[in-house]
Amino acid sequence: MTPLLTVEDLRITFPTRSGPSEVVRGVSFTLGRERLGIVGESGSGKSQTGRAILGLTPPPGKATAKVLDFDGTDLRDASPATWRKLRGARMSMVMQDPKFSLNPVMTIGRQLVEALKFGAGETRRQARDRALAMLEAVQIRDPERVFRAYPHELSGGMGQRAMIAMMLVTEPDLLIADEPTSALDVTVQVEVLRILDRLVTTRGMGLIFISHDLRLVSSFCDRVLVMYAGRVVEELKASDLDQAQHPYTRGLMNCLPKIEGSQRPLPTLERDAAWAK
Amino acid sequence: MTADGGRESALLRFLWKTAKLIATVALTFLGLLVVTFLIGRVVPVDPVLAVIGDRASQSVYDRVYVELGLDRPLYEQFWMYLQKVFTGDFGESFLTKRAIADDIARVFPATLELATIAIVIGTALGIPMGVWAAVRQGRLADQVVRVFGLIGYSAPIFWLGLLGLLVFYARLQWVAGPGRIDIAYEYAITPATGLLLLDSAMQGQWDAFRNIFSHIILPASLLGYFSMAYISRMTRSFMLNELAQEYITTARVKGVPEWRIIWVHALRNAAVPLVTVVALSYASLLEGSVLTETVFAWPGLGQYLTNSLQNADMNAVLGGTLVIGAIFVGLNLLSDLLYSLLDPRVRRQA
Repeated sequence: MTPLLTVEDLRITFPTRSGPSEVVRGVSFTLGRERLGIVGESGSGKSQTGRAILGLTPPPGKATAKVLDFDGTDLRDASPATWRKLRGARMSMVMQDPKFSLNPVMTIGRQLVEALKFGAGETRRQARDRALAMLEAVQIRDPERVFRAYPHELSGGMGQRAMIAMMLVTEPDLLIADEPTSALDVTVQVEVLRILDRLVTTRGMGLIFISHDLRLVSSFCDRVLVMYAGRVVEELKASDLDQAQHPYTRGLMNCLPKIEGSQRPLPTLERDAAWAK
Repeated sequence: MTADGGRESALLRFLWKTAKLIATVALTFLGLLVVTFLIGRVVPVDPVLAVIGDRASQSVYDRVYVELGLDRPLYEQFWMYLQKVFTGDFGESFLTKRAIADDIARVFPATLELATIAIVIGTALGIPMGVWAAVRQGRLADQVVRVFGLIGYSAPIFWLGLLGLLVFYARLQWVAGPGRIDIAYEYAITPATGLLLLDSAMQGQWDAFRNIFSHIILPASLLGYFSMAYISRMTRSFMLNELAQEYITTARVKGVPEWRIIWVHALRNAAVPLVTVVALSYASLLEGSVLTETVFAWPGLGQYLTNSLQNADMNAVLGGTLVIGAIFVGLNLLSDLLYSLLDPRVRRQA
């Protein structure tokens, strides 16, 4: 099977006052129609990796790669027209907090219809029906009401479902979920994840799930990349997480709370400057 | 906060909102009246002398003093002042010997006409320029807009006015000179609204209309340039703020074309604070720009008020202050209403 996405030697640099700073330093991986988790702490470059795949590295940052191929399309120096054809229609992204990632002055319905109009080239009437069906698919009980609602009228969980609906309504091949549940209450997290999981599985799309939550990722994905300081330090099958070799991954695992036995003093992450080399 | 709640509660909410709004406006206006009233009492201009002149005898002075109610306590005087204001009686001008209300009705349309055209020019140019500068942040277009705006903001307007007259009126003869209208046309139109462009158009006097237009276009462009500088600057910073938001990334991920991201997503959000900027610019133009009105011999509110101040014509000054205050209150109200129209978050809470 040819991979859906091939990334080789991805590097992202931001110019700073003290010279260019490389936040992603040679990340390589391939993705089929599977669920890949990327874990790492804040600033490890996981979110920037996700954005670079969509060509959304915020300026003045620059992303370069030896290979950045999405289903036969070279994404390096892709033209705006190419990006317009890919984004929405074939690849999309669920972002962290629906409070900021939804346009506050547009109704959910208009934002959904817009995704269909520009992502799938549908007419308004077709789009409305499909949008309502999609809202039902993310288990919103009263799709008509949510369709007419503004983002501030929805709870966080509802907003994130609407966001997922908006990103999946065009049936893309690749979905990047960038911390899709970190802004939600724990009880809602599980529900939203279950919805995401079901939709991704039934539609057979590739998923990149970016999170800082190691256990969440391992329960939800097939494969896990562990990132540290802009590099992939370890790649594992989710089921083999216990056999992690890298000291950073082991350190993360040790920090997870356990039900049995006391953990005093609480373990802390030890860092070694050599890991970042 | 939920959408359901029935028609009845929606009506109630609307009535409650309206009542609150009216109360706020009334209270603000009362405060304004207190201030103008107190200014009238504090200034060292004797209101009796303004009426009788300085050659009247002491007995006349005393009689008028009582007639004006100046012997009564302050709150009673304020009550009398209120009654007069609400019947449109601001007293008589000591300069023109006419009722202040008539005077203001004569000079205000001149300013209104000038300010309206100026704000239309300023907004129509300022917003697209600000958007353009924000999209091209740090590049040549941004610098050009900034320098152009800075000149408009910092060059003295009377100097620009004189320069404009020299170039476009004296040398190129593209526009007419100072004044609102040539004498030849002055009696061709019967005054109705006092807005000469409107009056002449309604009466089908197109020659006069052209003449009036060529008089107004230069001062209106100058004032428009001035407000454009401010509006474009604010638009730029509001747009930069909006373009950095996450929902813009969402729109890009959805495959929305760039023009739509800028003009629909970002500008629609930036429009909310922009309403206030435009409303306040308009309000300050309506005060009448003394310098512009002087340079262009424009018989507007600014000139009238300056003249009155220099001659200690307190009734006229207080009447004018009241009118300007009312304009500010009115425009603030209008921008509040537009706010709730543009921003669904305000709509529900207010």
